[in-house]
Amino acid sequence: MPVIKDAVCSLCGSLCDDITVTVEDNKITKIENACILGHSKFVGMFEHDRIETPMIRKDGELVPVSYEEAIEAAAKILVNSKRTLSYGWCSTSCEAISGAIKLAEETGSLIDSTANVCHGPSALAAQEKGSPSASLGVIKNRADVIVFWGCNPVHAHPRHMSRYSSFSKGLFTEKGRKARTMTVIDVRKTDTAKLADKYVEIEQGSDLLLVTALRSIVNGHEDVVPETIAGVPKAEIIELAETLKNGKFVCIFFGMGVTQSRSKYKNGDAMASLISDLNQHTKAVMIGMRGHYNVTGFGQVATWETGFPMAIDFAKGYPYYNPGETGANDLLVREEPDAAIIAAADAGAHFPQKAVRHLARIPVIQIDPYANPTTELADVVIPSAIVGIEAEGTAYRMDAISLHMKKLIDSKFKTDEEIVKDLTVKVRELKRGA
Amino acid sequence: MSEILIKNASVCDPAQGINCETMDICIRDGKIVDSVSENAKVIDAEGKLTMAGGFDGHTHSAGKINVGRFINPNDARKNLVPGLSGQVARTEKTRAQVGYNTPNTYAIGYRYAKLGYTTICEAAIPLLAARHTHEEFKEIPILDKMGLSLFGSNWQVMEYIRDKEPEKLAAYIAWGLKASRGYGVKIVNPGGGEAWGWGKNVSGLYDPVPNFDVTPAEILMGLAEANERLQLPHSVHVHCNNLGKPGNYATTIETMKLFEKVKPSRDRQSLHVTHVQFNAYAGTSWRDFETGAPMVSDYINGANHLTFDLGQVIFGPAVTMTADGPVEYANSRMLHEKWSNQDIELEDASGVVPLFYSPKSFVNAVQWAIGLELALLVKDPWKIMFTTDSPNGGSFVNYPEAFTYLMSAKRREEVISGFSKMALDRMVLPGIDRELDFYELAVMTRSAQSKIYSRPEKGNLKAGSDADIAIYDILPGQIDPATEYQKVKKAFSGAAYTLKDGVVVVKDGEIEATPKGRIYWVNAKVPENIDSPMQKDLDLKFKKYYTVSKSNYMVEDMYLENPVEIGTEGVF
Amino acid sequence: MKIKANLISGRTANQGAHLEAKTHKGYFDACAYCELNSADLEKLGASEGDSLKVTTEFGEVVVFAKANGGNPDGLAFIPMGPWANAVLSPDTHGCGMPGFKGVPAEIEVTDEKPLDMKSLMKKYLED
Repeated sequence: MPVIKDAVCSLCGSLCDDITVTVEDNKITKIENACILGHSKFVGMFEHDRIETPMIRKDGELVPVSYEEAIEAAAKILVNSKRTLSYGWCSTSCEAISGAIKLAEETGSLIDSTANVCHGPSALAAQEKGSPSASLGVIKNRADVIVFWGCNPVHAHPRHMSRYSSFSKGLFTEKGRKARTMTVIDVRKTDTAKLADKYVEIEQGSDLLLVTALRSIVNGHEDVVPETIAGVPKAEIIELAETLKNGKFVCIFFGMGVTQSRSKYKNGDAMASLISDLNQHTKAVMIGMRGHYNVTGFGQVATWETGFPMAIDFAKGYPYYNPGETGANDLLVREEPDAAIIAAADAGAHFPQKAVRHLARIPVIQIDPYANPTTELADVVIPSAIVGIEAEGTAYRMDAISLHMKKLIDSKFKTDEEIVKDLTVKVRELKRGA
Repeated sequence: MSEILIKNASVCDPAQGINCETMDICIRDGKIVDSVSENAKVIDAEGKLTMAGGFDGHTHSAGKINVGRFINPNDARKNLVPGLSGQVARTEKTRAQVGYNTPNTYAIGYRYAKLGYTTICEAAIPLLAARHTHEEFKEIPILDKMGLSLFGSNWQVMEYIRDKEPEKLAAYIAWGLKASRGYGVKIVNPGGGEAWGWGKNVSGLYDPVPNFDVTPAEILMGLAEANERLQLPHSVHVHCNNLGKPGNYATTIETMKLFEKVKPSRDRQSLHVTHVQFNAYAGTSWRDFETGAPMVSDYINGANHLTFDLGQVIFGPAVTMTADGPVEYANSRMLHEKWSNQDIELEDASGVVPLFYSPKSFVNAVQWAIGLELALLVKDPWKIMFTTDSPNGGSFVNYPEAFTYLMSAKRREEVISGFSKMALDRMVLPGIDRELDFYELAVMTRSAQSKIYSRPEKGNLKAGSDADIAIYDILPGQIDPATEYQKVKKAFSGAAYTLKDGVVVVKDGEIEATPKGRIYWVNAKVPENIDSPMQKDLDLKFKKYYTVSKSNYMVEDMYLENPVEIGTEGVF
Repeated sequence: MKIKANLISGRTANQGAHLEAKTHKGYFDACAYCELNSADLEKLGASEGDSLKVTTEFGEVVVFAKANGGNPDGLAFIPMGPWANAVLSPDTHGCGMPGFKGVPAEIEVTDEKPLDMKSLMKKYLED
């Protein structure tokens, strides 16, 4: 029976590439090295609700059709639309993303990724102050001071700490966890916080205040910091600043606690400045804890193909970018799109009610292996093969290192890449006909 | 069989010593041939300067440039060179385009082709991130591409040099080139990338790298030895220590001297020094900063073992991007600019910082002058590749503008007239009256590259060479570049024709076709008995230190479009 | 009895494990709850498993009560998903990102039962 080594797990942004998969009769029967999330993905595909066939909504019900019929129906929606939102493309390969961008360009659509609801503000922060970062192995080999700020890897990236951060061992960190100081900054004592040497609890929404206070202290202006800020006593902030300054190599991992809370992108912006200031004393970097396994890949591909990482509007024929105006949620809340194509992501589950309400009103095309809340709103449903299991392709880890995902088993489903290609061909055909 | 006859072209082909002679060029199936049949399609090139396709030997066009795009979305809208920058809607033939310093991939291909360029060499590929570089290569249309792989702060390299294992080192270089599908050995601030792992730098050739007990000089010599042992088509390609610091010309000359003892294994240089403008600074601080170009040029004029490229500065916005991590951090602090950094585990560092070169800044003015001084003071154009280290010194779309500086003293005076007295005191350019002719320009923009990279089918119009051809609507002899430089700029800004492998890709300055280019990479053969112990050492590196497995590290075949594998035989 | 709370959402391992099984009861169990610390639950007179109605400026949703000692007073947490999104803020403050954390909410005990995923989504189609 074939045993496939070094398979890449296509679940979270850690993109672990050491998974051993046993395949029998085109079925995955054993998984080694994966975490609960990855394990659930690899074995789950036989237990979870796959979308078994393409479907079109007729009289309120989704009814089975062929791939050809579904592609044609989807292409008609796109051709008849004056303002299409193309959203998602993060639990899929870079090759599919490239196809999706081409389709968006040809149809004058607006295309956005799940960064819109996770690390979009980190991109804005980088556009303000840059992105002082490193590959994860640099942290593994060098970092003696690690901070998790507004992120909870025990839950969201379960193997992160053992492979890349707190517990990993490297050339200059042979003692692993013992050689490191681990600090967690959060609004509640998470399971990650329970593993930390130091837990700093801040008032929800006051991250910017704490970053600013830290910067003041690091830059020698301790006197301007009040006795308590962000709910944290000054003494505790001074202690944290000392920990950062005295480290040999500091890494701040940050998550959606930073990007989604009040001040949004200004939090990351200030954090990049803090990192720059810390480099006057030591070596410091920051790394965003990206969620979807290839949301980083969307940003990379979109940036080299269009110049922008997300929220790209092709209405004028060339890419236009102004998040806050061209973000998927902004568009939906303004009730602007008259059609949507949602692929490899679930806007139905992850957008606030007002945006979902507009999706419910317009024709929605869904491309996904699994039924989910978006399916409930979709008018055309196109099932796809699972990338990283049933289809190969490229994905980018949270530190922008790309890996090739293997195809482990055969599938009766078309890949996202094929579907988007078929759809593009059909759209061209219909446009020519018109 | 497809045939083209380019008739009555005014051909400038330094590789054959042809200096603007009227002749025909025959093309069959993408190659230049001696004759074609009567059925050949005819391109009338009468009155038009005709050269081999341009070859940019050092440009940041895939990989790290994406960080530049990412942090500078404002660049997308910049349209400082109309026709070659800014936002352009898609057409039936072309994808949508954006940008100036950091254009999207499609724009890079189209705009180089419009300039008559057909081959580019990406200046820096981090091994671990090589797949990314090749993904971008795939989306750059028209051009043939190659890239240089980074080895200058690599743990395995430094350990083999420290442990005096030259054979294993060569085996590792061969493996690294194969893993990254690279074309040559790039060394950036040798040892400095590792020092930057701790927020530090190395200060010169003999400053030991922390924890590794080797010096930058040893890294350079070790890699040069491996490079020649493997008989690679290109020499080591060196970004010297101390880049961007006043007084660094001494380090640069010292580095060049070090290579006098290196014997090249092929008919080419034993050292290529890159963007020397950034490494030819005299003075001891930014206060007494002045040109070091005369000293560097003097040395180069007396040396025969090296080549270099300029890194010419273009006034206006630029984006610096380099594996020299400490330089970028210093830039960002000095300029109060945004700063991106990306250290790569076990291998190297890198950074990206935008900046603005102003003719009103005396430092920037002197930098601008230094690039030109180097080009004009070094007598032999075959030692020089023209570059702006795009987009570090400025975007490649400014090449036509820069050509006018090289060809016209009057044009230079115009620019210089806006400089401060202090700037003028710190440069020697005003005293230089040399003006390059079209022949010398052709050497610096295509023919020297062919030699420097051992690509005999590129950069010339000999029978058998690739039919990559640029035809410009300008006639040497009928115009005087010294005075009619605007005409020179216009002609070079939009080729009348660019042919790539015999396909007309540009006509009258507009894109006609967008074929896919090739990827050149080097596969250097190493005997099994040397390779296998090296692989054992490497296995340990992956097991203990890397965060990706060895099997997922190598760039897979599927990422290379039209690959051309260049085999070499290692000498062991 | 109602309490005022500051509502945040976020990932959990269980929510993540059901990312691709959202039609299953496991997903419902992993997402249709609201965590408060036991003092806050006590104030409400609620025990784990009771139904809570969470109301914000943007809507209301019924979820199960769950205790989490790690939450400070007045901080409510609902795992990211359609239940949380029924009441979170659609306002992006001009930077693209909706308000998924830090939404003022009122929480009270209710007799209503949380809607399953399909019923919850159906409400949008009926609106």
